[in-house]
Amino acid sequence: MSSTTTSIRSGMSASWPICLGYFPIGLSLGVLAQKGGLAPWQMALMSLLVFAGSSQFIAVAMLGSQASPLAIVLTTFMVNLRHLLMSSALAVHFPGVSRRFLALFAYGVTDESFAVNMTRFSRGGWSRQSAITLNQAANATWLVSTVAGVYLGQFIPKGALGMDFALTGMFICLLVLQVHNAAAALTALVATVVSVLAYLWLPGTAYVIVASCTAATAGFLYRRMQTGRGMR
Amino acid sequence: MKMPDYLYLVLGMGLATYLPRMLPLMILSRRRLHPWLKEWLELIPAAILSALIAPMLFTQSTPRLLFLGKPELLAAVPTLLFAIKTRSLAGTVIIGMLAYWAVGILQVP
Repeated sequence: MSSTTTSIRSGMSASWPICLGYFPIGLSLGVLAQKGGLAPWQMALMSLLVFAGSSQFIAVAMLGSQASPLAIVLTTFMVNLRHLLMSSALAVHFPGVSRRFLALFAYGVTDESFAVNMTRFSRGGWSRQSAITLNQAANATWLVSTVAGVYLGQFIPKGALGMDFALTGMFICLLVLQVHNAAAALTALVATVVSVLAYLWLPGTAYVIVASCTAATAGFLYRRMQTGRGMR
Repeated sequence: MKMPDYLYLVLGMGLATYLPRMLPLMILSRRRLHPWLKEWLELIPAAILSALIAPMLFTQSTPRLLFLGKPELLAAVPTLLFAIKTRSLAGTVIIGMLAYWAVGILQVP
């Protein structure tokens, strides 16, 4: 019982950079939604059922330009395909875990929770209770801040205290923590270059998937060559 | 948008978001992964993080162009150095915010 409490507590305390970063983003989404004619309950329903920052921004913009619901759903699907990769990488840490837990956990898989959870898992001493607590804390913050944006977003000064950089800062540190060998360093380098090129040349968010798969493959081949085990 | 239409829309969006997050976890967590796939997946976090960060630092969004003078890029330099030196997530987030805030003040005359 007490170990569960500890797990929940460490999940909560690990979630603060995500929550801090979600706040300004959630508020600005709320402001856009309000301008686009969404009511607070509509924003709440979307944040609860979708819980995906970038697709919600796109959806609100597309709703404003009278796009068809089918086009919005398809775009959402394309934008979120990158989560296939994250969910696959996370699966390593949940061997034989019950379907019910996984169904609930999957709901909270975002770029941010994925990055923090993966880093914590690989460092060790991170339980799946902590991981799901972190997901839920991030989700709650997202829900509250998007709805708050609909009500009071216009009153908050833009760029207050550098909060807009919180998630970027968090990603940078998590990347540093992930680069613990030459293969990972090469992967990061290739991903950076390919991602910029793909961002410039490919539409939408395809750049994330293209760059990640190319870079992980490059790092994988490099590691294979290093260990001299050959490619058979 | 009226109630039933909006409900269908967000349900569709929710499904389009949830399935890619759920299916690989469900399928791969109850299977022994080939060592090659495991090694490849181990590199995915570093790959995804870099892929997410790079365009934020090196490009502008409308229209998409290479741009090397973003405040994000300037703020990222001390943030990265601090992260390498301390490996502290909390410290890095705070230093990053301070750096970004400072760059914003210095840039606006």
